[in-house]
Amino acid sequence: MEAQSLPAALALVAGGGAGLSPERQAALAASLPLLQRDYRFERVWFWGCIQGVRGAYYIAEGLGPDRAAPRSRLYSLNCLDWSLLTPATKEMLALAEQLMGRFQGDPSFEYDLAEINAEAAARLIAGGKEPVIKEEARLIATIEQIDRAVGIVPRGAFVKTPLGSVHENRHFEGLSLVEAKKLSSYFHFTEPVNLKNKTLLEKADLDPSIDFLNSLEHDIPRGSWSIQLEKGGTVVVLRSLLWLGLTFYHVPMTKQFGYVYFGTGERNLDLPFML
Amino acid sequence: HGPYQPHEPGYGLDQPGYSPYEDQILDRKARMLAIQNAKAYLLKTSTRSGLNLYDHFANILTKILDEQPANTVDIIENISKDVKWAQFRKKMDTLRDERLILPTFEAAEKCKALFVKEGGEGQHEELDEEMPALPNVMETAFYFEQAGIGLSKDESYYIFLSLKNLTNVQPIQTCRFWGKILGLEMNYIIAEVQLREGEGGEEEETGEEGEETTAEGEKEMGEAEEEEEEKEEEAEPPKSTYKPPPEIPKEENGTGTNKYVYFVCNEPGKPWVKLPPVTPAQIVCARKIKKFFTGRLDAPIVSFPPFPGNEANYLRAQIARISAGTHVSPTGFYQFANEDEEEEGGDTHEENPEFEPPPVAEMVDSLTTWAHHVKSILKQ
Repeated sequence: MEAQSLPAALALVAGGGAGLSPERQAALAASLPLLQRDYRFERVWFWGCIQGVRGAYYIAEGLGPDRAAPRSRLYSLNCLDWSLLTPATKEMLALAEQLMGRFQGDPSFEYDLAEINAEAAARLIAGGKEPVIKEEARLIATIEQIDRAVGIVPRGAFVKTPLGSVHENRHFEGLSLVEAKKLSSYFHFTEPVNLKNKTLLEKADLDPSIDFLNSLEHDIPRGSWSIQLEKGGTVVVLRSLLWLGLTFYHVPMTKQFGYVYFGTGERNLDLPFML
Repeated sequence: HGPYQPHEPGYGLDQPGYSPYEDQILDRKARMLAIQNAKAYLLKTSTRSGLNLYDHFANILTKILDEQPANTVDIIENISKDVKWAQFRKKMDTLRDERLILPTFEAAEKCKALFVKEGGEGQHEELDEEMPALPNVMETAFYFEQAGIGLSKDESYYIFLSLKNLTNVQPIQTCRFWGKILGLEMNYIIAEVQLREGEGGEEEETGEEGEETTAEGEKEMGEAEEEEEEKEEEAEPPKSTYKPPPEIPKEENGTGTNKYVYFVCNEPGKPWVKLPPVTPAQIVCARKIKKFFTGRLDAPIVSFPPFPGNEANYLRAQIARISAGTHVSPTGFYQFANEDEEEEGGDTHEENPEFEPPPVAEMVDSLTTWAHHVKSILKQ
């Protein structure tokens, strides 16, 4: 969620029970603008908090002029000092998928790979490195997975220029109440997969400058999003059931929207049984 | 000099009919006529929408000159769309307003009703002594907020008001805000309540009597069947001697897992619903399944092993498990009321008046400073 509107946004998301103490909120309000200045980001988003056993990681994302470019991510243990994370690689993603259990809360904690995946361990040993994976790498991979899987924005909020770059749509007035209840009005904010497999009828209604992302309608498994209207319809809140703790809010007919993750950083593998 | 040779560019342009300004009519009357023709074309009403291009352009230019947005040429199409939309909005406004009235304003009215009752109750100050100990929800919410957990202040206040309503409606001795459980369609707000003795017990007794009579009836049937079996042993294959394990007796209301009665509502402002007491079979089954709550209390639970009951029972079983597993307090905070009869009287505990809280640093470091103060559920 936008760093400037953080307090109001947190109040809207608090229906899920997750929040930040006043101390942390104040610290964020002080340190996020400094981040924007130091790294020259155009926008800074507070991504959320991953709770480990002994400590929590607070994550922020910075966006450049092209909003769809890979975002730089920073983490902090106390909301004041931020460290930049390296972009995720495919290896990291593959290894991190196999790690189970809670995060420890210590970025230099090492998971022993030999027990988990003997092949990868063997490869690492052959390469001359130790067969361990650090928690920092797991953190990077988890954030990337969450963003890819469940980072969402409302339809029409971002517009793609003919040059290929993506900007916020100044004309976005917010979704109407009727539209806000439909899953098809929300898009994944990542590289689209298979945009072109639609019938001609559906394509006729689409606007190529707005509909350049995948919508939530065809997410597998069906029903992995819970849409609720809170406060009698003034806020629409989507919660992901695949990554428990991701909450997306939007106030219909206004420009306010955002998503935040407060959770343990574990994918909900029992989802098909729980529905 | 001008172009005289055919190969020079511009040759022949001085002939009438070929000059580059030919489309501009020089004759004044003809020009006026042409302008009127053009305007008449622009004023032509579209057959589909009843608009005409002339008025549309006039509106667009008025809007642009009024608002003077930056980079107008980039967003000119959007401005045009907005102007067209604005024409139609008047017709659809009435419909939209009617729809909006239902969800948003209804909920706002309910919340307001919560406040209004408070004003009415304030006049009856004589009842203050009888009013039970209401939990100070705002105070506990403040402490939880310092830890980074909690609902927004608005919601906490609404919950506080609806708890007050609950205490006015039901005969309640103590009451506590237990928490909130998220569901797929709606959420649950849960209050933990201890009813005044003797009031809630009557309904439950008849239920128990009914169960006992059916149990006896089944035993009689079992004996009759066995007699028949002995006579017809040769004809039928031997019946299995499997007797299901004896049904674990339900705990009485007011003891053990059924010590408290739980009320739920979907949102503050909606009426509170009482949850049925929990049976051991339900807890055993709830340990084996993992399901999301939908938010409707009468929804069936489709699972394996099959859960005996609907969502209200599952919710109650989960509440019982959570309460038994996680209610902690600093060691020494509570002491048993009667230290001689520890086995039987383990249910009642009182605050220890001589309790001295250890310093905060000590409490954070080790887990021995905390103790469970509710009995845990056996594996049975």
